[in-house]
Amino acid sequence: MRTKIACFGGIYNNYLAFEAAIEDARLRGAEQLYCLGDLGAFGPYPDRVFPLLIDNNIQTVQGNYDHSIGNALEDCQCGYTDPRDNYFAAISYEYTLENTATKNRDWMKELPVEIRFSWQGKRFLLCHGSPRKTNEFLWESTTSTAFLERLTDDYDADIILATHTGLHWHRELKDDRHFINVGVLGRPENDGTTHVWYTLLTLQSDEQQGVSVDIEFVPVEYDHQRLAREMESENIPQEFIETIRTGWWTTCLEVLPIKERRAGKY
Amino acid sequence: MSAVPVAPLASLDELWFQVSGTLCNLKCEHCFISCSPTNDSFGYLSLDRVMQLLEESIAQGVKEYYFTGGEPFLNRDLVPMVEQVLQVGAVTVLTNGTVLKTDWLKRLRAVDQSSRYSLEFRVSIDGPTPEMNDPIRGERSFERAMQGVSLMCEYNFLPIITMTRTWDEADDEQILGQFREVLKQHGYARPRLKVLPRLKIGAEAQRTAGYNQFERITPQMMEGFDVSQLLCNHSRVATDKGIYVCPILIDSPAARLGETLQESQVDFPLVDGACYTCYQYGSICANPSSKKMEA
Repeated sequence: MRTKIACFGGIYNNYLAFEAAIEDARLRGAEQLYCLGDLGAFGPYPDRVFPLLIDNNIQTVQGNYDHSIGNALEDCQCGYTDPRDNYFAAISYEYTLENTATKNRDWMKELPVEIRFSWQGKRFLLCHGSPRKTNEFLWESTTSTAFLERLTDDYDADIILATHTGLHWHRELKDDRHFINVGVLGRPENDGTTHVWYTLLTLQSDEQQGVSVDIEFVPVEYDHQRLAREMESENIPQEFIETIRTGWWTTCLEVLPIKERRAGKY
Repeated sequence: MSAVPVAPLASLDELWFQVSGTLCNLKCEHCFISCSPTNDSFGYLSLDRVMQLLEESIAQGVKEYYFTGGEPFLNRDLVPMVEQVLQVGAVTVLTNGTVLKTDWLKRLRAVDQSSRYSLEFRVSIDGPTPEMNDPIRGERSFERAMQGVSLMCEYNFLPIITMTRTWDEADDEQILGQFREVLKQHGYARPRLKVLPRLKIGAEAQRTAGYNQFERITPQMMEGFDVSQLLCNHSRVATDKGIYVCPILIDSPAARLGETLQESQVDFPLVDGACYTCYQYGSICANPSSKKMEA
C-alpha cells in the first residue's frame, strides 16, 4: 500500500504560489492535501485563497491569523516583540481584515486547531505552531530532540506536522517518530531565493518492512514578479514586496534565534 | 489575609543553570540578587553537577538551557559546560561582557558551528552611553562591555543587548534607536535589543524602593490570565544550593523547591513583588525567540 500526502504551510494571501503548489502536488501524485493555517497576511487579495481550498477539498487547520481574522480581533497574535515588527504586522492585518469577505471570515472561524488521522497504525497530528499552542514558535535551532519526543508522547502522535515559523525543517525522533515543519507558501525562506516550500509525504506499508514515511520538502517556483506587482497596486508596504522579489526577510526578524537570523541578510 | 494564587509547573521547558552563584566582577546598583565580587551566598556549580542535571533534564524533555550568575564567565568550567549542553539543546549565556577572552570565544564559535542548536549571548548594558550605564554598572563598565560586544561580533555572534529600564517607559523608542546607532558604530551591523523592567528586590530595593504591599498578584488577577506568561510555569533554576523556582527569587528561602528537578515540580505561591512584575510584563527572562505567546 502506498499513498502521497501534501502539506501546505502558511499561505499569507499568496494565492499564486498556492495554485502552483496544488498543481505540483497533484502532478506528483498527492491524493490528499492539507493546509496548516495562516491563510492571510503579507500578500494581496485575501479572498482568492478560499476557492482554492474549497474546490480542492483541502482540509485546513486554523492558524493564529485565521483565528484573529475570523473573529475580527484587534491583531494577528503573531507575538512580535519589536515595535517595528508590530508596525508592519498591523498594516498587513488591517488590509487582510478589510479585504476578507464575511463568509470567508465565518468559514475560518470554524476551522479546527488540529487535524488527526491514522494510516496503517501511524498516528499523524497536524497543527499550526505546536500541538499545545497555536502561536508557539518551534524553531529548529532552539527545540531540543528530548522536547519533541515529549510532545509526541504527550499528544499521542507518531508524526507531528506544524508551520508558523516560515522555515521548513525535520527532526527524526526515536521509535521512528518525526517532527516536521512543512514550511510556508506565503513568502520565501530568507535565503536569497524566491521560491517557497511545501512538504510531500510518501507513506508506504508492506509486510516485511512495516510502515515507512518518506519526507520530501518541495520548492515551488511561481510568478513572484506578478505577486509583487499586485502587492504594489494594493499599496502593501515595500518591505514585504522586497521579500517577495529578493528572498530576504526584511521585517519580523526579532523573533528569530541566532542561527536562523544569521542565515538571512538583515 | 486573602488567598495567595499559585502557579503550577505545566511543563519544564527551560532549565537555568546558576553557574557562578551570586559572584560577579561587577556590583550593579540595581542587581535583584545583589551580586558582587564578595557575595558568595550562592557559589559555583561544578561541571559534574551540570552534567548530572543535564541527564535528568533530557528525561524531562527540557527544550532549552540558560546560563546565568553572577557573571557566568567567572566559572572556569563555563566553556566546557556550554560545549556539553549545546549537544543537547539551545544555550543562552547571560553575561556582562566584560571578562571575555578570545580563546573562549574561539572555542564557543567552534562548538556553535558544529551544533544544530543556537548559542545565544545576552549582554547586559543599561543604556547607549557611559553616562547612563556607568553610574549603575560601575566605572568604565560601558566601554568594557562594548569591547566584549565587538569581540563577539568578530566571532560572528549576534548578542542580544539587554537593558534594564531605569528611564521612563515612554522613552523606550528613542533610547533603543540611539543604542542601535551606537552599536552599529561599534561594528555590530544588525543589533538585537531587549528591554527589561526593573525588579525591585535585592540591591535595587536599596537604590530606589522595594515593592509596595499592593504590588502583589491577587486571585482576581489570575482569572482569565494566561499563566504561561509567568516564568515559573515552565522553568526552574539549578543553583549550588538546590533547585529554585526562578532565577529572580533565589534570595527568598521559599523559592527553594528541592534537590532534584523531579522534586522541584510543585506549585509555587506567587507571594513576591517580583512575581507582580513578571505578571505585568510576561516571561521577562525569556529570549524573544522563546517568549511564550499569549493564548
